[in-house]
This record gives sequence, C-alpha cells and structure tokens, in this order.
Amino acid sequence: MNMGANSKKTSSARSMKQIFMAPTVIAVLSVVGLVAALAGDGAADLLSWVALGVPVAIAAWAYGRRQ
Amino acid sequence: MEKGTVRAWFLVHKWTSIICTLFMLMLCLTGLPLIFNHEIDEMSRGADNLPPLSADMQLKTLDEIMNNARAKRAGDVGLYMSFDEERPIVYVTTGPRPDAEEPEMNFAPYDWRTGQEIPTPTAGAIVTFLLELHTDMFLGLPGMLFLGFMGFLMFVATVSGVVLYAPFMRKLDFGTLRTSRSTRLKWLDYHNFLGILLLAWLSVVGLTGVINTLNDPLAEAWQADEIRDMTAAHGDAPRPETLSSIQGALDTALAAGGGVKPVFIAFPGTLFSSTHHYAVYLEGKTPITQALLTPALVDAADGTLTDMRTMPWYMQTLLMSRPLHFGDYGGLPLKILWAVLDIFTIIVLGSGLYLWLGKKAGAPDRTSRRTKLATEGNA
Repeated sequence: MNMGANSKKTSSARSMKQIFMAPTVIAVLSVVGLVAALAGDGAADLLSWVALGVPVAIAAWAYGRRQ
Repeated sequence: MEKGTVRAWFLVHKWTSIICTLFMLMLCLTGLPLIFNHEIDEMSRGADNLPPLSADMQLKTLDEIMNNARAKRAGDVGLYMSFDEERPIVYVTTGPRPDAEEPEMNFAPYDWRTGQEIPTPTAGAIVTFLLELHTDMFLGLPGMLFLGFMGFLMFVATVSGVVLYAPFMRKLDFGTLRTSRSTRLKWLDYHNFLGILLLAWLSVVGLTGVINTLNDPLAEAWQADEIRDMTAAHGDAPRPETLSSIQGALDTALAAGGGVKPVFIAFPGTLFSSTHHYAVYLEGKTPITQALLTPALVDAADGTLTDMRTMPWYMQTLLMSRPLHFGDYGGLPLKILWAVLDIFTIIVLGSGLYLWLGKKAGAPDRTSRRTKLATEGNA
C-alpha cells in the first residue's frame, strides 16, 4: 500500500476495472474448477483440473517474466 | 480510495494476519501431506492389501458377521457397522449396552468375503499425529473451535488484502514481480500477486475448514432434531427384544433408492439412530451424492422402512464442506493442484510475516525505506 502514495502524479494510473479484470477471471475459473469435480467424474474432473490449473499456470508465467 | 480508508483496511489486514499467521502456517504445513493421506495409507499398507470390492464377490451376510463378532465378545450388543470405501471390509463396533460410551466400545474389522476378523489396518502414526494437530491441536472441541476462529480471521485477512491490492496495483501491470531490486520489494510483489491468485481457492478452503470445525455441534443438533422427528410416529418405542435381520435392513434401505452404497449402519439405541430403528446411511455415485449421506430408518422389529429423507441444509453444508476442504474428490491431479496452491499459501503467509517483521526491525530507517519503496513503486 506504500506504492499508491505518489501515484496521482503520473498519468498512467490504472482503473479499478483494469486492476481487477484478471483477478476476477481467475477467481471465477477457480470456483468453476472447485465445483466441477463435485458434479461428476471423467469430463467434470478434467474441467476442474484445467480451471484450477489456470492460477498455477499464471504463477509460472509471471515467474518466467519476473524483472 | 481515501488515504484514511486504506489505512483502516491496512490495520484490519495487519492485525487479523498477525493473530492467525502462525496457526495458518501450521495448518498449511500439516495439511500438505494430509492431501495425500489416501496414497500414503495405500503405500504403507503394502502386502496386507485387500482387493477392491467388486460386484461379483461372494459376500457373507451382515448377520453372519455380527454373529461372529458377538461370539467373540460375550454379552456385547451390536452398535455400528461401517464399510470400507474400497475394500471388502466391514468394521464392527460392539459394546456392553446400546448407549455404551466410547471407551467401552470394541471395534474390529471383518473380511466381508469370509466373515472372519482381520488384523486392524493401522493408520500411519505420523498421519494420525498430523491429522490431530491439524484438526484440534490435541485439545478436543475447544481446539477445533479455536482453529475455526483462526480460519475466519484468515478470511478477513484475505478480503482486506484484496482491498489493499487496488492501491498497490495502480502503477503496475498484473503479474509484475520485481525480484532484483530489493528483498523487501521482491517479497511484497510475491505476497500481493500470489495472494490475489489464491483469492477464490483460499476463501473456499478456508471457509469450508471453518465449517468443518463445527462438525460436532452440528451433528449433535441434527441428531436431536431430525432423528427424533423421523421416528416421532413410534414415540419412545423400546428397543425390540429380538432385532430383525441386519442384512434385511440394508437391502430394504438400498431398495428404497436413497443411495447405492452403505457408509454405516447405526443400531437401535445408539447416538445415530432411535431406540427402535436401524439407521442405514447411504451414499450415491457422484462426488456430491457421496458426500451427502441419506439416512434410511428401518424398523428393527419388523424390518420395514419407516422413513428416508435427505439431510437438512446445515448438515448438507457440513458434508459438502469436507471434500471442498480436503481436495480429495477429483483424482490425483486435483490433489497435486491442491498441494501447489497450498505451497503458494505458505509463500503468502511467509512473505507477509517477513514484510511485517522487516518493517519492525527496520523501524529507525522506516521513512527512508518507505520513500524508496514508493519511488520504486512508481518506476
């Protein structure tokens, strides 16, 4: 939260929508993944692995492009 | 967002985190091997492994098994029969009286195919230790409820963390990890990034964990309300002198269509049934219906079905909270994802602790550090 202190001075501030777009998509996919495997086996399990794999894949992506 | 509002949310985040972090670290560390409880159990069982239960196996009737069990325990009555999830094993609990207390009960596994007692499968000592530490820290119900409260604080910390994510990210792209400038900035970025990634999963696993800590009070409330209600037609009918067939009760319950597989049978007079009924708890085929047990009450005098109904909402919530907390309902890949997300949680907790301790240790240097960080934040 220290980060935000001087931010008003520059013009490239991101909107709430920009900030929370990716986290919202990830949260929705996580919930889909959590529920899918409950609903059945087979294809439902596969869907849950893919959906819950998204946050893990994104973590790997961010780690790969760390500065 | 106003500076004062951010400050307030920061204080909420700081204090809820400070209180719960060490307990959460313990829960994440003990929980990690517990995700693979089943696999560890299977490995350690080794040679005494029984084949999985299949439809073409010749099985003894439950009455035969109970007779064998009571022959070994003179004077005992049957209390419970429960069924292994995969193997042809029936676990028989007997006791001197129907309302016997737990220390007086005798518990023994029987091979469903031969009807003979088999050695008790030993749960690994380490797994048992970890499970107890994770559930109640060896303190019983107060320990469980305490950990439940810690879980609730973690949820508050998660929500406040999401609020603080906004001012933090105003100058940064999603997924930015500045790892080479300073250790503190590196862990701050990891903390915020992994924290926001975990939002939904951690909230679900945390809150279902909190619900699981309410297991005992909820189960007791349900027994008090529902079982009495279901058996109301019989009033306080006494325990029948001669009990009807156990196998017959199971067959009647299965025929009534409440499920495909028995989980356990509670005998008349026990905590999980009435004085006059067998209560047969059935599970379905899919992960949801496996979690949501359906009790069928079978009259223990004449073997007829008295009532069968689904559980009330609070019991359904409790039962659904188990798989959602344990992550054991979608095969090994789901467990591996669970483990990875658990490790991410440990990193968020550890980095949060580091950021707080670092700030305290560097107190005299605080202003310059803050300026420096703020500058870096704007870079």
